[in-house]
Amino acid sequence: MTDRPESLLPLQPTTFHILLSLNDEDRHDYAIILDVARRTNGDLKLSAGTLYRSIQRMLELGLIEETTTRPAPEMDDERRRYYRITLFGTAVAQAEAGRLRSLLKMARLCGVAPRTT
Amino acid sequence: MHLYRMLLHLYPSSYRAEYGDEMTAIFAQELRQSGGELAKCGLWLAAFAEMFSNAAALHWEIARRDLRSAIRSLLKSPGFTLTALLLITIAIGANAAIFTLADFVLVRPLPFPEAGRLVKVWEKHPGYAEMELSPANYRDFKAASTSFASLAAYSDFAMNLVGQGEPQRVEGAWVTGNLFSTLERPALLGRYLNEHDDEAGAPATVVLSYSLWQADFGGDATVLGKSVILDDKAYTVIGVMPPDFNFPSRETLFWKTYQFQEDSYKERDDNYLSGIGRLKPGATLAEARSELTLVADRLRQQYPKENEGVAATVNRLRDDLSTQARLLLIALCGAALCVLVITCANLANLLLARSLARQKEFSIRVSLGANRRTLLRQLLTESTILGLAGGAGAIGVAVATLPLLSRLTPHGLPIQEFPPLDLRMLLLALGITAITVVAFGVAPAIRVCRNAGFSGLREGVRTGGTGHHRSRSSLVIAEVVVSVVLLILSGLLIRALWKVQSIDPGFRTDGILTLRTALPLPKYDKTSVRREFYTKVLTEVRRLPGVTGAAYISALPMVWRGGIWPVLVDGRSQNRSAGNTASLRYVTPGFLATLGIPIQSGRDVSETDTFDHPFVAVVSESFVRRYWPDEQPIGRHFNFGFHDREVIGVVGDVHVRGLERTSEPQVYLSYQQVPDGWLIGYTPKDLAIHTSQPPERLIPEVRQIIAGADPQQPISNVRTMEEIVAGETESRTIQMRVLITFTAVAILLAGLGIYGLLSFTVSLRQQEFGIRMALGARQGDIFKIVLRQGVALSVAGLLPGLALAYLSARLLESLLAGVRPADALTFSAAAVLCLVTTLMGTLVPALRAIRVDPTAVMRSE
Repeated sequence: MTDRPESLLPLQPTTFHILLSLNDEDRHDYAIILDVARRTNGDLKLSAGTLYRSIQRMLELGLIEETTTRPAPEMDDERRRYYRITLFGTAVAQAEAGRLRSLLKMARLCGVAPRTT
Repeated sequence: MHLYRMLLHLYPSSYRAEYGDEMTAIFAQELRQSGGELAKCGLWLAAFAEMFSNAAALHWEIARRDLRSAIRSLLKSPGFTLTALLLITIAIGANAAIFTLADFVLVRPLPFPEAGRLVKVWEKHPGYAEMELSPANYRDFKAASTSFASLAAYSDFAMNLVGQGEPQRVEGAWVTGNLFSTLERPALLGRYLNEHDDEAGAPATVVLSYSLWQADFGGDATVLGKSVILDDKAYTVIGVMPPDFNFPSRETLFWKTYQFQEDSYKERDDNYLSGIGRLKPGATLAEARSELTLVADRLRQQYPKENEGVAATVNRLRDDLSTQARLLLIALCGAALCVLVITCANLANLLLARSLARQKEFSIRVSLGANRRTLLRQLLTESTILGLAGGAGAIGVAVATLPLLSRLTPHGLPIQEFPPLDLRMLLLALGITAITVVAFGVAPAIRVCRNAGFSGLREGVRTGGTGHHRSRSSLVIAEVVVSVVLLILSGLLIRALWKVQSIDPGFRTDGILTLRTALPLPKYDKTSVRREFYTKVLTEVRRLPGVTGAAYISALPMVWRGGIWPVLVDGRSQNRSAGNTASLRYVTPGFLATLGIPIQSGRDVSETDTFDHPFVAVVSESFVRRYWPDEQPIGRHFNFGFHDREVIGVVGDVHVRGLERTSEPQVYLSYQQVPDGWLIGYTPKDLAIHTSQPPERLIPEVRQIIAGADPQQPISNVRTMEEIVAGETESRTIQMRVLITFTAVAILLAGLGIYGLLSFTVSLRQQEFGIRMALGARQGDIFKIVLRQGVALSVAGLLPGLALAYLSARLLESLLAGVRPADALTFSAAAVLCLVTTLMGTLVPALRAIRVDPTAVMRSE
């Protein structure tokens, strides 16, 4: 695990989107795919392979963790695995957001991005 | 979903086990939710694509991680890593180089299309298993045989090349017009010689070798059609052969046709043509042999006098190699394999010891949750890195040693001197090492991993296990066996070399400078013209300071081994079939004294032995022993070289055919007693000068003298007599050096093997030694225990080693120059050296054992 959030920047878009998705609430794997697709208006549709490759790496880096807290049995599917963002994951997501903000600011100063959104 | 589950096998197994079910469930859900067949197809295609890319990325990540961890682990034990790398580099490098050479010389097809169909054709005479063909027999063999698509002939023939800078003597071949079409190699430039060039009276044409074309004509493509002067005659260049065309040998620089006339076929016992044939497609060697035997039988009946006892034989061109050269290479291959075996054994021991020493580390890692499969994969990566890095080093070693070894490439084969490094051989050696590294590096680790866990932690590192100990002991014994074999074979070959070197050649070798001035025809056709040249050169050379003698001979002993003629004594019909032959040499007066060949009785030839005086001869002692045993030879007559000769002197025998071969008796004739234009090949051309100074110092002055006598006369083959005689043992010397190096490596490795094993055993038995000492054992007793173990290992290897060495020596007997395969001195020296190495390997562990502190051991208990 890396101590400094900045050392992981820039994040891969998939990783950032998964962190954003889990920042709202704990989600299971398929829910993450749906949430990312919804959030990006269908621009980013994660495949199962890409999702789990990212999840494996994020678990190793300590950005997320698997949670044992599960919904009520009637709402649950035992094959599903639920994930939660860690404090370190939140810090990394914030650091990435800050990086993107600075980039945008620079782009605005250079006139390649509109001054207001 | 069955297909999807199958595709999941592309992923690493750990990943599949962890996420396989979830991925299948998600994909099934996506399929369910997709509308229409087209969308389903799209989903499958996307799944395929992402499956391949993700799986590849995951595998690469794992490999990268393993690689990093393996390199870290190897760097943590630099001693082990360096030793293992060094072992692999030396063993594989040496094996790749030697096997490349052996394959190049003994196995690989010669550089001609369908080279397997090329054969050498020989006459067989009593006492001579292979003899060149006479032109008449060649013509009859060619006309009568049906097994050959074509039958050609050639002979080596040097000529003087002038007009291209300094006059020079160039080695070449005179060939029949069908030689090139027999070999089927096209010219690089222009065309090769054909039957029309060989017709009597056809324009004089010549084909150049690539190296002569480059060196003397600067690779000029307009050389075709130009004229070159060879032995004072103009030849038109019609072609240049490719660089890898080395027929009949690497020294051949040009080819010209014989243009035989009817006269050329007169002498049926004048053998100077080498026969080469191409078998018809489908014809076998045996068929060609039996056919030529029948032809030779018929010719024997037709020409009973000239062809008495003459048969014929056919051998593959590929096999035109002396038994000694073949055995020499096979022996080196055997030695290289021995080194490979010892290296693998040592490597195995090293890896076994390392895996045992790492048992604790594995136990801790497994206890902390590491996957056993991951551990194994990392070990495998470590072994692969060792193998690959060692392999890279081995390529370097092989490339560096091949040029040194290539001096063992026989001159007689039409192949290049430097074999290109054979990748197959390198891969083979690498494969053997890889198997060793994996088998001994990973297999014990599998056992260690299986046992790893809390029990491993409890037992700590001192768990050698009897199984491991036994296998390590067996490996060390194997090393001793192999190194004893190498020690003995090297010892025997060293003794053989000494024996050959100690053979008296029959002439002095020190202080003799030799060089060749081959006088061209027709300029020097007349004996009187040659006499003028010799007298001028010799008179001036003899005046040089330090020179005590100088003389000319047809060809120096060991430089030319031919020139063998039948001898007819006292009118008795003695001919070649009864082995009554002698070597014929014309000499100028003083040759015998210059070379220090002792005159036993009578006198040397003199300037008064001219053509108009009785023809005289000086003969060697063996000549007298054969024809006039216990009789006075001086004044007796015999017929030799077309004339009756009177014996005027008897001299000591010399080794004309080389140190290791039996030579015919020698006959020396006066250089003036030959009719003009006769026996041109025998006119004196080798100059020998005896000097009290270093011979090399004379070269510039002698060159000047010869240029003064004839400015167009080239000088070649400048070397000392010592170099000529040393050339006789050159391949033996190289072989011996390589063998000694291998043996030194082998014995060192065996010693290290014993040291390593005993050190490990001592560390395992520290408690036992401590307890023994606490119970009253003395240091000497402990020392003896360790020593006994070392000596037991050594003796266990020594005995089978001695037996194996004897059997190997029997196989190499023809290389031993008369040294007995069971030579007691060599065997005992090898045994002593082996025991001394054992003692040295045992000493340090034994000293460590007696320093065990019993109190400390008891306390730790």
